[in-house]
Amino acid sequence: MEKLILRRVDRNNEEMVLNFGPQHPSTHGVINFIVETDGEVLKKAIPDVGYLHRSIEKIGEAVGYPGFMPYTDRVDYVAAMFANEGYATAVEKLLKVQPPPRAQWLRAISCELVRIASHLISVGTMAMDIGAFTPMLHGIRERETINDLIEELCGARLTYNYHRIGGVAYDMPERWRDKVLHFLDHFDRFLEEFDRLISFNEIYVRRLANVAVITREQAIAYGLSGPNLRGSGVDFDVRRDFPYGAYPEFKFAVPVGHGFKGCSGDCFDRYYLRCLEMGESSKIVRQALNSMPDGEFMAKVPRNIKPEAGEAISRVESARGEMAYYVVSDGTNKAYRVRVRTGSFMAMGVIEDVSPGLMIGDLVALIASLDVVAPEIDR
Amino acid sequence: MSKPKHPRTPQVPGRTPRGVVLATLAVGVGLPLVLFAAILVLSPVTKPAMLGLFLQRALGALGVPVEPASWSPTLQYLLYGVSVLILAFVLINFGAIISGMTVWWEMRVSSRMQSRVGYNRVGAGGFFQWVADAVKLLLKEDLVPAEADQLLFKAAPYFVLTGFALTFVALPFGESLIAADINVGIFYLISVTALVVVGILLAGWSSNSKWALFGGMRSAAQVVSYEIPAGVAIFIPVLMAGSLSMQEIIRQQGAWPWQWFAFTNPAALVAFVVFFISQLAEGNRTPFDLPEAESELVAGYLSEYSSFRFALYFLVEFGNLWVMAAVATTLFLGGWQVPFVSQEAYAAARGPAGALPGAAWWGLQILSMAVFALKTLAVLNFIVWIRWTLPRIRVDQMMNLCWKYLVPIAFAAFIFTLGWQIAVTRLPGLGAATGVTLFAGFLVMAVFFLRLTFRNLSAVGDHVDLTNW
Repeated sequence: MEKLILRRVDRNNEEMVLNFGPQHPSTHGVINFIVETDGEVLKKAIPDVGYLHRSIEKIGEAVGYPGFMPYTDRVDYVAAMFANEGYATAVEKLLKVQPPPRAQWLRAISCELVRIASHLISVGTMAMDIGAFTPMLHGIRERETINDLIEELCGARLTYNYHRIGGVAYDMPERWRDKVLHFLDHFDRFLEEFDRLISFNEIYVRRLANVAVITREQAIAYGLSGPNLRGSGVDFDVRRDFPYGAYPEFKFAVPVGHGFKGCSGDCFDRYYLRCLEMGESSKIVRQALNSMPDGEFMAKVPRNIKPEAGEAISRVESARGEMAYYVVSDGTNKAYRVRVRTGSFMAMGVIEDVSPGLMIGDLVALIASLDVVAPEIDR
Repeated sequence: MSKPKHPRTPQVPGRTPRGVVLATLAVGVGLPLVLFAAILVLSPVTKPAMLGLFLQRALGALGVPVEPASWSPTLQYLLYGVSVLILAFVLINFGAIISGMTVWWEMRVSSRMQSRVGYNRVGAGGFFQWVADAVKLLLKEDLVPAEADQLLFKAAPYFVLTGFALTFVALPFGESLIAADINVGIFYLISVTALVVVGILLAGWSSNSKWALFGGMRSAAQVVSYEIPAGVAIFIPVLMAGSLSMQEIIRQQGAWPWQWFAFTNPAALVAFVVFFISQLAEGNRTPFDLPEAESELVAGYLSEYSSFRFALYFLVEFGNLWVMAAVATTLFLGGWQVPFVSQEAYAAARGPAGALPGAAWWGLQILSMAVFALKTLAVLNFIVWIRWTLPRIRVDQMMNLCWKYLVPIAFAAFIFTLGWQIAVTRLPGLGAATGVTLFAGFLVMAVFFLRLTFRNLSAVGDHVDLTNW
């Protein structure tokens, strides 16, 4: 593998080959970039993934359907709720079970809260990679409140294991609704503060605008999704275009990058889209809390889940782009095949194509703006 | 049946024990006071003219009659040498301890800015953290990479330390409080600080690590480039004062803000900004912390260093803040000038030459030292604020900023000042009028800035809270 990658580096004495990782402060986990540089300017950066591979998909074939749910948390531990949701939806399709409305609403609320939490990490680390440490901790402070809320909801702060095949594990606790609304009131003002703190800082904008531009064609060709795709000006959101769960009931905008400060598809677009999406998520949570239906939060699902032979695919809009679960059943109580499609893995592909001509500082900005998370790349 | 009592999780005590508070206060206030007092006494005394007289008086008071003036010249030189060594020891310790305290201050300020707790473990308010860190670093293994250039790797930190320590020779602390008032003082300062970049470059090269090499090269490019706008900006106070001596530059300024060089000449205000930015770059401070950019170069030229050698770099980096702030204060912010105390007042309090100065003179020295230290700490605090506010600029932007903006601006300010000095001699009121106007403008801007700050604070439903330090 190593040789295979090194063969792609054409090396003469002028260039230096640099291992940007696997242990590096800004690789956001264990990723390696084999970087070919001429001084500060990159000739090429080749992502070398696989350091965090845990065979999660294979585990999905070895454990029963409900037993796999905690493993999905580990696919993307920064935003575990989406992996829960994707898997649950896929198996529900296999079982032909419809989760009750209250469960769907709770799923939407929990997912959107987690989206905010995940984007806070993303924009915070983005700022930290550009050298500003303060915004990161302001983001973490808000994320902490969300973690507290989610902990009240499902008992976990990071790996939630909240969604179930056919619903969710718990109903929302008493007075939780007020707490969430109170937090959102604060959070909407925080977003404005965050913009003042860092988003429109002159140095920050100059570091990000017009840097590492991913064109619309490139973004589609490389299969980018989520904020990375929308940052390149493609108006696509699974929540709106292939609605699932409770999303058809909510009104929300899908912000698209049109060159907020530079040109469409630059790092600043990808960054700022996440700031805007946090505001939209907040709107969705408000709507969901205000229109929360009564009733069960769990459908009637047999204790021993044995779907008929067949296959199902579910698509959810994760914080890091489209997350798809493809589950094949052979009629037994274990899946025949589980396959996860994640946004981060797709995003890694585009780096090699965009990297030539960037500087080392730009590569850091590019990685941060793609918001890749190592476990989601490798699974 | 009563509910079983759960063992309470150990909590951070709400109140720091009184003994710890007292110890912290004793060291936090006492140590700087002792150092300032030592500098106050030693720096005027370690001049050849004063030394013999002082010894004679001091030892005479203790009942030991000595008369150094009658000693052989060799012995007198020896005595002078010893006294200078003592002063040097005190100054280096001052640099090191100020550096440690700056770390603590920076961490406390940053934790306030980032709404987190910050240092609070060792001593009251975590004050002794810098001592603990230093001890920890000293106890670590002194690691030299196998492939490193042993000699250069080991030598590099001492270049940095030397460059830092030598600055204290020409750094003023008060009216007569300076180790050596060299007549090319500011020139000397620029020259010795250039030694730091030699150390950093050596560190980067000898570590035999690609990250360290990047850091070293960035640092060399950055520091050498920014020395040019800094140097040209320094010309302007030099032109206005007509001297390179640090003390003379201060003597040419007044005590009130509108008499400072920064405000008496519009070009000097520009030069101050240019100089300040260049100083940030030379000190590798955000937004110019490229040589040790954590997210890009892991730790830059420091990557392979550990233990005591790392501690030296750390010491210099934070000790440099005092140097940067003190030089800025000297050149542009009126130095140690005390309001209502003119040069004649110092001379009058000094009394006749050939005798030891009286108590009034020492009092004035203490005042001037306090003024200088306060101004320096204010500038230092500003540098800390900047570090935790701004992101880092990119390498090419760093170069552009220097060569395309700062250098031309500094030259323009320089040429403007040439004309300005002629105008000031023709129109004596011009300097004073400009000083008052610019300072008034500065105050208005400060008021607007504060209003904006409070408006932003109330917009998020926050309020100013200075408790819970």
